[in-house]
Amino acid sequence: MNKYEIRVIVLSSTILGVFFFALLFNVFSRKIDVPTCIPYNASFQKSEVRKVDEDYYEVYVTARMWNFDPGEIIVPRGSTVDFYLTSADVVHGFNIERKGVNLMAVPGAVNKTTVKFDEYGEYRIVCHEYCGVGHQNMMGRVLVTNSAL
Amino acid sequence: MKNNKTFKYTILVGLFVPMALFILGAYNGVMQTLYRAGVLHEDSFAGINYYQGLTMHGVINAIILTTFFAVIFGHVTMGHYLKKQPPKWSYLGSIILMVFGSLLDVVLMVMGRAQALYTFYAPLKNSPFFYLGTSLLIVGSWVAFFGWIVMYREWRRENPDKKMPIAVLGTFVNFTMWFVASLPVAYESLVILLPWSAGWTSDINVPLTRMLFWMFGHPLVYFWLLPAYIAFYTVLPKVAGGKLYSGNAARLAFLLFLILSTPVGVHHQFSEPVLGQDTKLWVTVLTFGVSIPSFMTAFTVGASLEYAGRKNGAKSLLGWMARLPWFLSKNYLFGYFICGLLLFIFGGLSGIVNASYSLNQMVHNTGWVPGHFHMTVAGPVLLVILGMSIYMYSKVAGKPIKMLSVVTIVPYIWMVGVALLSHGLMAGGLMGEPRRTNLGLSYTDPSSEMFNTHWVPTTTVTMVGGILMGVAALLYFIAFFGTALSKQTEPSEIVLPEAEELHEEKRIGILHNMKPWIAVSVLLTLITYVPSLINVFTYSTPVENKFEATSPVNEIKNLPDKDETTIMPLENEKDN
Ligand code: HEM
Ligand SMILES: [Cu+2]
Ligand SMILES: [Cu+2]
Repeated sequence: MNKYEIRVIVLSSTILGVFFFALLFNVFSRKIDVPTCIPYNASFQKSEVRKVDEDYYEVYVTARMWNFDPGEIIVPRGSTVDFYLTSADVVHGFNIERKGVNLMAVPGAVNKTTVKFDEYGEYRIVCHEYCGVGHQNMMGRVLVTNSAL
Repeated sequence: MKNNKTFKYTILVGLFVPMALFILGAYNGVMQTLYRAGVLHEDSFAGINYYQGLTMHGVINAIILTTFFAVIFGHVTMGHYLKKQPPKWSYLGSIILMVFGSLLDVVLMVMGRAQALYTFYAPLKNSPFFYLGTSLLIVGSWVAFFGWIVMYREWRRENPDKKMPIAVLGTFVNFTMWFVASLPVAYESLVILLPWSAGWTSDINVPLTRMLFWMFGHPLVYFWLLPAYIAFYTVLPKVAGGKLYSGNAARLAFLLFLILSTPVGVHHQFSEPVLGQDTKLWVTVLTFGVSIPSFMTAFTVGASLEYAGRKNGAKSLLGWMARLPWFLSKNYLFGYFICGLLLFIFGGLSGIVNASYSLNQMVHNTGWVPGHFHMTVAGPVLLVILGMSIYMYSKVAGKPIKMLSVVTIVPYIWMVGVALLSHGLMAGGLMGEPRRTNLGLSYTDPSSEMFNTHWVPTTTVTMVGGILMGVAALLYFIAFFGTALSKQTEPSEIVLPEAEELHEEKRIGILHNMKPWIAVSVLLTLITYVPSLINVFTYSTPVENKFEATSPVNEIKNLPDKDETTIMPLENEKDN
């Protein structure tokens, strides 16, 4: 191998190393991970915001043409939320702005992720998968209130 | 080679038909940027609605145009390097199937009977004939490949000691990968979706269809890309006035694509339920692996260009860049290649972001994704298609290129257009701007309560880029069809510019035998997809859903007891 080849290998591996570091940083430090698997059954097709604990919520969302149910989710500041997401009809998307929550709502399957809301405010949930002619109107909201826990 | 009119005519048809359809594909692309920027607050324009237009854009540009080009460029590559012709059944059968399948798809899309986008995700349904048309197009491309195998065997018998030319290896790698990868999508389309769409079956396992689609979907993107790589290795060094830096590197890169392209499809499904986190992380690692042949290509091609620049008299460290044939109409192909490569630097880096597991959570299905892939498929891939199509048409038809100076500047205008378009889409994507969305009806309409001011500047930059791309495409069409419709004045020939290798390298046996690589490819595919399949069947349930894009009413009438199971949980909920 000549010296140029060695430089090229070092350079390429460094680039890949940087990306690998960034993805681990996202998982461990920013707590943004890809969703997990749980077995599906029809009882996931519901609309519910369930308070489990003072600062812990379970939210069951059903996406359908062309809204999220529930469309408005209200939780106090500092809560940790488990989202369970499924679809009643076709495939939809579920992207909570500024939180790195990015899920697909797939009929016959349930998607799950956990996220903590530390800051007060409104977070829009955008459907980002084409789901028919009303797709561009499909939006929900998470409202994080300032009330003390 | 004996002069065969039918074969040459097949090549010309195979270049002309997709280019004519691309007019419609490009038109819809430009319109999308107008809707998204909120210049149009309409659901449709000139009889085509947004999503119908987007379906045409994806199917024509990314499936029809690219598949035709891979086949026709393959015919010319085989003809040029092996000095033979494929058997008649293969090239005729192939072109007939491909033209028929494509026209069927286009008619259905124009009629609005297929508007579930080019990924045709169930349970949105298309006309059953759409799945048939797409399958015919794919099968047509296989038939061409089978012909090349026959032709190569014959050549091998006559030339037992010659090396397999690099371009021929690249073509075989590409079509082997394509053949293997299109089996799952053929199963999805013909066995699952077609009967379901026609009403013969009602159950459908949606996660399974998605997994099968992406088993095909990722190799698909390499199927677009490899013809461009073949051209970068075997045509570009010649056009730039140099030689190929290393032939062995080129061979190794192609063979690495063969083993790593098929098992990585799950990287399009990081946001999906049903597939485990472990599978997703494993696929991230494999995808990092598939970036290696791309890095190799970048450096080998870079070194070949540096050699060309120095041969033209450059002395200083970076002076060779200035000594390349920029804007030179005699070497007009150079512009198509270099503009494609420059875009691909950013296309490749943004692609690693997509592949990076948790980083994907920030960008999945946002504008970032089309921003990324317009720097790949509408970058090097399309520019090589445009450059080589007009080159091959002009040689095979014996018609000198019309408006050569226009043809020479087109790639530079296109490149600036793509850079702006992609910048806008990616910047918007990082702020959550969704892809596949007629933003003008809501998010970029100031009178809507959903209006989002952040997405106005980003969609506007996208639109400026889109219009520039539209201008470049229009200029190209005038030159291409002007050339195609002119009179023949030169003898017709099947040729390609052919680059020599710089060094006489040692022959490495393993780089000349595809079989062990195919075996590893199958093995890696099994290692990835057996656990994925088990996941799908453990975590998901088939549903009886079927929907037209225009209506939220399920077309499959639910059985009475079925209704109860879906309603019951809601009632329980009220009781609480
Ligand atoms: C004429 C220049 C072009 C313009 C202005 C353009 C513009 C766009 C825009 C704005 C989108 C995103 C639409 C959305 O997600 O809502 C898009 C999607 C897409 N474009 Fe292009 N594009 C052009 C050329 C091309 C070319 C040459 C190709 C491939 C060869 C291509 C392939 C695609 C694909 C595959 C999609 C995704 C479709 C989907 O999400 O279903 N485009 N284009
Ligand atoms: Cu949607
Ligand atoms: Cu991919």
